Amino acid sequence: MAEVIEEKVEAKVKEPKEPLFSKKNRKLLTDPLADNNPITIQVLGICSALAITAQLKPSIVMAISVVFVLGVGNVVISLMRNIIPSKIRIIVQLVVVAALVIIVDQVLKAFAYTLSKELSVFIGLIITNCIIMGRFEAFALGNGPWKSFLDGIGNAAGYGVLLIIVAFFRELLGSGTLFGAKVLGDPIEKTGLYAIGYENNGFMVLAPMALITVGIIIWIQRSKNKALIEDH
Amino acid sequence: MGLKDKLHKLKLKYKGKKMAPAFNAIHTFLYLPNETTHSGSHVRAADDLKRTMNTVIMSLLPCLIFGMFNAGYQHHLALGEIQAVSGGFLSAEFWTLDNLIVGLWEVLPLVVVSYGVGLAVEFVFAVIKGHEVEEGYLVTGMLVPLIVPVDTPLWMLAVAVVFGVVIGKEVFGGTGMNILNPALTIRAFLFFAYPTWMSGDKVWVHGAVERANEIAGGAQLDAISGETILGGLAQGKEILAQTASHGKEVTYSIADAFYGFIPGSVGETSAILILLGGLFLIFTKIGSWRIMVSAVLGALIMGLIFNGITNAGWIAESSKFYALMDLEFWKHLIVGGIAFGIVFMATDPVTASQTNKGKWIYGFLIGFISILIRVFNPAYPEGVFLAILLMNVFAPTIDHYVVQGNVKKRMKRLKLKTA
Repeated sequence: MAEVIEEKVEAKVKEPKEPLFSKKNRKLLTDPLADNNPITIQVLGICSALAITAQLKPSIVMAISVVFVLGVGNVVISLMRNIIPSKIRIIVQLVVVAALVIIVDQVLKAFAYTLSKELSVFIGLIITNCIIMGRFEAFALGNGPWKSFLDGIGNAAGYGVLLIIVAFFRELLGSGTLFGAKVLGDPIEKTGLYAIGYENNGFMVLAPMALITVGIIIWIQRSKNKALIEDH
Repeated sequence: MGLKDKLHKLKLKYKGKKMAPAFNAIHTFLYLPNETTHSGSHVRAADDLKRTMNTVIMSLLPCLIFGMFNAGYQHHLALGEIQAVSGGFLSAEFWTLDNLIVGLWEVLPLVVVSYGVGLAVEFVFAVIKGHEVEEGYLVTGMLVPLIVPVDTPLWMLAVAVVFGVVIGKEVFGGTGMNILNPALTIRAFLFFAYPTWMSGDKVWVHGAVERANEIAGGAQLDAISGETILGGLAQGKEILAQTASHGKEVTYSIADAFYGFIPGSVGETSAILILLGGLFLIFTKIGSWRIMVSAVLGALIMGLIFNGITNAGWIAESSKFYALMDLEFWKHLIVGGIAFGIVFMATDPVTASQTNKGKWIYGFLIGFISILIRVFNPAYPEGVFLAILLMNVFAPTIDHYVVQGNVKKRMKRLKLKTA
């Protein structure tokens, strides 16, 4: 929560006009990709990371959807930030997210029906994704629309990158495919790797393995960048 | 100059360097250390970690040797090359060189892979982290080959061992810090990752899988069926009968199940040897008798409850749970892996409850839940490893409440005295 207050205070100070892609603004975009990743550092949005990362395609669609919802949502909330009464701000935020999510859902249903069936309830559940409410509360309510936009895109991209990494390993090791293409050979015809006795790891397609994969990524990230390790 | 001195010299030479822990581990594993502690308090006791682990391994050895003979026996029996045992535990049909050779050929690679891969991971972690190699894997490495089917592909075992040691143990800080029993983590990984190799009626007898593949390829051979007793019971077969027969319908007698002449994971079949191992552990005070007794009690009580349900006629005989529910409560202890789990897995001092009262609760729930899972999970009627892993997770919670309860009791007594 300390972060929230800090950023709000920072916004109140009148700043001189700065260029669109100043160093600070670029940091808003790139920080969440690695050193302030919403999943591995802030540990937000884990539920959807578990649910839809068994395959690459839904993960990428999910990532794009969240980029859209969070990017646009952050701008909308930021534009309204001075007229939202703070007592009902959560409700206002929910209405904004819900509207955006319905747009995404309808677009998917119209143009990618099978994929939307595959993702089923999880598109709707973007509403409850903690990253979105988290960024609204922590950033959009205290910053201008351009900064909020960058922050939204950055955080959603950080989330999406992780989703795609996890899905890559889960699909490759769990089903032996990438985007549905049988890259390791055919398990039934016994070609490729399967000819020498390799078998798909059924554990990888189960949810616990997504959690463990995220854990391993967190482990690798923190052992590379010791500054990320919390004191305890 | 002997090997001992050479190792000692190497150790001194590499002191402070990355490879030092590796030499130190080999040195202390083979010999007594050259130096003693110089300062601080000294405890002269024989039961260090290494001694404890060796005791457990000694209690496991009979199961391993029996498992080797049994692997060969089940193989030859399924092929129809030998007669079924007839003369009790020391039957001549069982303890033959032929059986042992097949068993050695099948089981020894499992042991080698388990130790080789596991210790390699331990060494790598010790070198990276710069601490000493811990003895923790000695027992795990012995347990792993005993709780997998005899035909488990070696590369699967290797993958599972890497997973189990890294995710089950090293991420928590190594030996003594793990929440889950590493051997059972390895078993659970194998089960969830490669279920076709861990359940069904083909994996428990050496050769059954190949035979099935050959038949599928068009060969004119008799199929081998080697399902476990639990697997058979779960499908409603009368597999545990008064007398053993190996005709068209395979049945096993209760004596077979008690002595261990049944298909199953390598080391889990022989209830009598597990019982002896358990008594040895209790006698040497390595294993907790509280956990063993309470787990057996828990299993018996759950079995009795199920027997009561079937006797009262609350469940239809056509139900798929009926056969296992109707199994006499005490027979649960001699089939499947529950005996092995209770004696060698539940008593792991690191992952079990530490308090005496906690041990009773922990053990009881293991037995209780094992039978519960066994009955209500007909797809894979073995619940003991899941039950133990579950209770591993809850052991610290149980301890916490036992300690808090004790604190409260003492506070109350204090208040009474001062009032």
